[in-house]
Amino acid sequence: MTQESATDGKKRRFLIAATSVVGAVGAGFVATPFVVSMTPSARARAAGAPVELDLGKLEPGMMITVEWRGQPVWVIRRTKAMLDLLPKAAEKAADPESNQPLQPDYAKNATRSIKPEYMVVVGICTHLGCSPSEKLKIGPDSGLGDDWPGGFFCPCHGSKFDLAGRVFKGMPAPVNLRVPPHTYTSETRLLIGDDKKGA
Amino acid sequence: MSKTAALVQWIDERFPLTSMWKQHLSEYYAPKNFNFWYYFGSLALMVLVIQILSGIFLTMHYKPDAALAFGSVEYIMRDVPWGWLVRYIHSTGASMFFIVVYLHMFRGLLYGSYRKPRELIWIFGMLIYLCLMAEAFFGYLLPWGQMSYWGAQVIVNLFAAVPFVGEDLSVWIRGDYVVSDATLNRFFAFHVIAIPLVLIGLVAAHILALHEVGSNNPDGVEIKKKKDPKTGIPLDGIPFHPYYTVKDIVGVVVFLMVFTIVVFFLPEVGGYFLEYNNFIPADPMKTPPHIAPVWYFTPYYAMLRAVPAMFGSQFPGVIVMGAAVVIFFMLPWLDRGKAKSIRYRGPLFKGWLWTFVVTFVILGWLGVNPTDFLGKVGSSDLEMATLLARIFTTIYFLFFLLMPWYTAIDREQPEPERVTG
Repeated sequence: MTQESATDGKKRRFLIAATSVVGAVGAGFVATPFVVSMTPSARARAAGAPVELDLGKLEPGMMITVEWRGQPVWVIRRTKAMLDLLPKAAEKAADPESNQPLQPDYAKNATRSIKPEYMVVVGICTHLGCSPSEKLKIGPDSGLGDDWPGGFFCPCHGSKFDLAGRVFKGMPAPVNLRVPPHTYTSETRLLIGDDKKGA
Repeated sequence: MSKTAALVQWIDERFPLTSMWKQHLSEYYAPKNFNFWYYFGSLALMVLVIQILSGIFLTMHYKPDAALAFGSVEYIMRDVPWGWLVRYIHSTGASMFFIVVYLHMFRGLLYGSYRKPRELIWIFGMLIYLCLMAEAFFGYLLPWGQMSYWGAQVIVNLFAAVPFVGEDLSVWIRGDYVVSDATLNRFFAFHVIAIPLVLIGLVAAHILALHEVGSNNPDGVEIKKKKDPKTGIPLDGIPFHPYYTVKDIVGVVVFLMVFTIVVFFLPEVGGYFLEYNNFIPADPMKTPPHIAPVWYFTPYYAMLRAVPAMFGSQFPGVIVMGAAVVIFFMLPWLDRGKAKSIRYRGPLFKGWLWTFVVTFVILGWLGVNPTDFLGKVGSSDLEMATLLARIFTTIYFLFFLLMPWYTAIDREQPEPERVTG
C-alpha cells in the first residue's frame, strides 16, 4: 500500500515514453543497414555500366539487340522510306511530340534520336515489361494491315509502337518506349548508358 | 498411478499440456451441425504442413542461383531419387492450397462467419490469404523458367507504377535494374523463411481467435447463448475431439485421393498447375507470346488488364487490383443483415452472392486467356474480352459497395433459437 502511494505516475509515464522513443529510434538505426542491403549491390551497379558498339556493319533497315543492364536495347538503322513514314505514324501516336520525359532532352525530336538514321530504344514495353516483337516491314507484309508504318508489336497485351518507339493511341501501354542515355564516341561508335561528353 | 499418468503429471507441473489439450481439442465445444463446408479449414492446415515438409526436402537439392536454378529443378526431377514426387507434391500443393482456401472463404460468405464477434478471425484469415499470395508469387520465380521470369517482371513492374517512388521501390525489391540473380536469391529467402514464419504465426492467431469466440455454424446461431445450467457446456456443442477430429479425417482421406490422382496422373493439369512455358529457361531478351499468371491469380490479373492507362500511368489498374483484395477486409462492416447464415437471408443477398461467385469465375477465365481471344466488339477497336472484364470488375465491386444497402432492406427470415441439426 505504501509503495503504491509512493509511485509517481506522471514521472513513470514520462520515463516509459522516453525509453520507448529512444528504443524506436535505435530500432530504426539498426533496420537501416538491412533495408539498404536490399538495394543493388556494387556488382549489380557495375553490371549497369555503359555498353559500346560499332555501327559500321549495320545495314540500312537492319536491327541489332544489345544487352544493357540486363535489358534488350534495340539499335535500328532506319531507311529513307522508314523515316518518310514517321510523320504519318505520328498522327496515330498518343504522344507524338514526346512530351513524357522518357528520353534524354537531345532525343526529344521528331525521330526521337540524335542522328535521324539511328534509333536507340530500350526494347521493354512500358505496359508491364514484356519485350515487343519487331515488325519492321512496311504495309501488308508485316501482317498488321496495309497502313502499318513499320514498328513493334507487343505479344503480351497487344500494344503497338512506331519506328521511333512511340506508342499508338488506345493501347494498354501508357507511354512511349524509353530512349536510354547514349552518345556517339566517333562517327560509327555508339555508347549506350552514358551521355557525358568525353566520358 | 500408472507410469504414463505420472509422466503427464510431471509435464503438467512444468508445461500446460493437459490444459491446452482440453482447451483446444477435448473440451473445445463446436456446434454439432457442421456440414461439408466445414472440412476446408482443417484441410488448409494440412496442406500447409504438406507444403512445409515437401519444401524442406526441395531446398536440400535446389540452388537459388540464376545460372543453376533451372538446372537444379530438372536435376530434382530426373536424378534425385523420388525427387519428381517431392516436387509434384509441392507444385500440386500450391494450387490445392488456393482451391481449399477459396472454398473456406466461400463458406465464410455463406454462413456469415466474418460477422460480429468474428471480425478478427476474418481479418487474420485475409492476412493469411495475402501471405499465401506472396508465398505463391515468390515461389513461382524459383524454377527460373520463362513464366517465372516474365511473371515476376510484370508483378514487380506493378510497384514501379506507384507515383514518385515507384521506380526506386521496384529497384529495391529486385535488388537490380531488372529481375536477376539478386532477385532470385532474395525471393528464395522470402519463400522459404520470411513468409512461412509470418504465415504460421497468423494461422496460430486465426485459430486462437476462433477458439476464443467459438465456431460459427450453418445456422449462424451462437451456441454459447444456450448453455446447460449445470455444466456450462453449450447445449448444441460437442467436443472437437473426438467428434470433429474423426469427421475431418474422413475429409482428409477423400482430399488425399484427389491430391494423389493429380500428383501421379496429371501434375500439370493441362498447363494450369504447371504452365508449359515454364519448361523453357528464363530468357531476359525474349518474352513468351502469351503470359498469364497461374490460375489462382487470374481474376485479379483480368481486373488489372481491364483498366486502361490513365494520365500516362498504369497505376489506376494497380489500384483496382489492390482494392479488389483489400475490400474483403471490410466485409464485417459492410454487411448490415440481421441473419448470419444464407439459410435465413433474403433473396437480395442470395442473388448477389451467387452473382459474385459467377463473376469471380468469369474474371478468372478471362485472366487465363489473351485479351484478343474473343475478337473485337462489332467494328470498333475495343476487344470483347476487355469489355467483359470491365463489366465483371464493376459487378465485383458492386457486390461489396452495395452490400450495406441490399443487406439492410433484404427480406430475411428469423434465425432459430437453436441449431436445426
